[in-house]
Amino acid sequence: MKKLINSPDTVLADTLAGIAAAHPELRVDLENRVIYRGEPTRPGKVAILSGGGSGHEPLHGGFVGLGMLDAACAGEMFTSPTPDQMQAATLAVDAGAGVLHVVKNYTGDVMNFEMAAELAGLESGVEVATVVTDDDVAVQDSLYTAGRRGVGITVLLEKIAGAAAEEGAPLAEVARIAEEVNANGRSMGMALTSCTVPAAGKPTFELPDDQMEIGIGIHGEPGRERVPLAPAADIAALLVEPVLADLDFTGGPTIVMLNGMGGSPLHELYLMFGEVKKLLDAHGVSVARSLVGNYITSLDMAGCSLTVLRASDEMLRLWDAPVNTAGLRWGV
Amino acid sequence: MADDTVAIDGLVAWLAGFRDRVTENRAYLTELDSAIGDADHGANMARGMAAVMDKLDGGTPATVDELFTSVGMTLVTTVGGASGPLYGTFFLRFGRAAGAVDELDAAALGGALRAGFEGVLARGKAEPGDKTMVDAMGPAIDAFDQGVGAGAAAAARAAATAAAEGRDATTALVARKGRASYLGERSAGHLDPGAMSTAYLFEALADALP
Repeated sequence: MKKLINSPDTVLADTLAGIAAAHPELRVDLENRVIYRGEPTRPGKVAILSGGGSGHEPLHGGFVGLGMLDAACAGEMFTSPTPDQMQAATLAVDAGAGVLHVVKNYTGDVMNFEMAAELAGLESGVEVATVVTDDDVAVQDSLYTAGRRGVGITVLLEKIAGAAAEEGAPLAEVARIAEEVNANGRSMGMALTSCTVPAAGKPTFELPDDQMEIGIGIHGEPGRERVPLAPAADIAALLVEPVLADLDFTGGPTIVMLNGMGGSPLHELYLMFGEVKKLLDAHGVSVARSLVGNYITSLDMAGCSLTVLRASDEMLRLWDAPVNTAGLRWGV
Repeated sequence: MADDTVAIDGLVAWLAGFRDRVTENRAYLTELDSAIGDADHGANMARGMAAVMDKLDGGTPATVDELFTSVGMTLVTTVGGASGPLYGTFFLRFGRAAGAVDELDAAALGGALRAGFEGVLARGKAEPGDKTMVDAMGPAIDAFDQGVGAGAAAAARAAATAAAEGRDATTALVARKGRASYLGERSAGHLDPGAMSTAYLFEALADALP
């Protein structure tokens, strides 16, 4: 394992210290492992709190700031944060209008956020609404699984719901738009290499040089199939086809994210976006906005994921609204 | 049956016994978890129960509800993942059902165990047969209830036996909850690590009651 770390035991603390050093406009609570905006929540504004295991940066801490999140709880690498962190953050960001919890659909994350909402509600009366993202089409959604995993749509949701909250929408309204974004988004990912969790010290899974994993999760969970390595145009089809098969994206605008898993250079991501765009055009899917880069990563995994959102006019307007975070910044 | 009540020190002995078992079998639990999960169950449970006992070393609460509120919150804040909320909820609900008392008779212990189990069901939304800790805990609670007339110690022994049988039965099951469910059919043939740690919990209870 070759990583820019001091020791596997101090990875999270050292990362948070670095974020604090680089972003004096943020307030980093090193003890509770929560990243806050520098300024308290504007009175009457709905606060948005997210969080999850670390290793997916810039998600979630990189999206704290104007127009997006009010705070993000950081768990250990690929491990959910705990309810006490979430409860502390919930109480800290509430400005009287309630708090929206944005949770990715993983068993641990869902349970820990559920307990945090109960604790915050019981002890302080803070109104909490929760949206759980589950956009990964690689997992069959049925009674027989924990449900689809929450992946790329989480980035788009945090941007769009964050803009709604910034405009002054009440909690029920912010939660409604968040639910709509999740319901209209689908994602599919792939890996060229495994990731290596620092504490494990070795790759999470073995993947021969001439193969790739299609339908990979952001923690290196198994995908749909392992297939021979192929040209980018063919890989694009393996991502686009299942996404379009799951939801009809024709007849209206879409927001498309081509996301890097952390170990693929930006030029490859742009190259992939070009291939994806050709296929979307051929299928009659109109791309109104696009985002290419590393936004929800899986440590050092090479590979990418595609997220497509069927966007309403309201979503497009909120997407274009100003945002000023470490990970996304425009209109300011 | 006044001599069959379980006092605070008996409950602490139960927790210590659970701590000892998850600590001794830390590598085994992690090995089970690496086959179908994310290879952290042993480390997480050992860390959590060590924190629980460290806190109790600083002073044991006088009532059952205070004791288990402390245990539950410590687990929730130190274990993480899914096991933290599940075991945390089990002990929090156990304590709330037991109330501000300093001992439990067999029926009260059974009632507290069932309240804890119902908390696990509500938190995890797993059903019997989903290949989870529920498959060990459900039979254990039922066996305790059926044996409650014979006293707490005998009921706990019956519960431990039922938990072990339920645990063993998870091997053949296909996971429908948690990270193992992503594996689908490939999860069959592996013992569920959560059912294993739950079997330790009831084994420790039986051993703590003379």
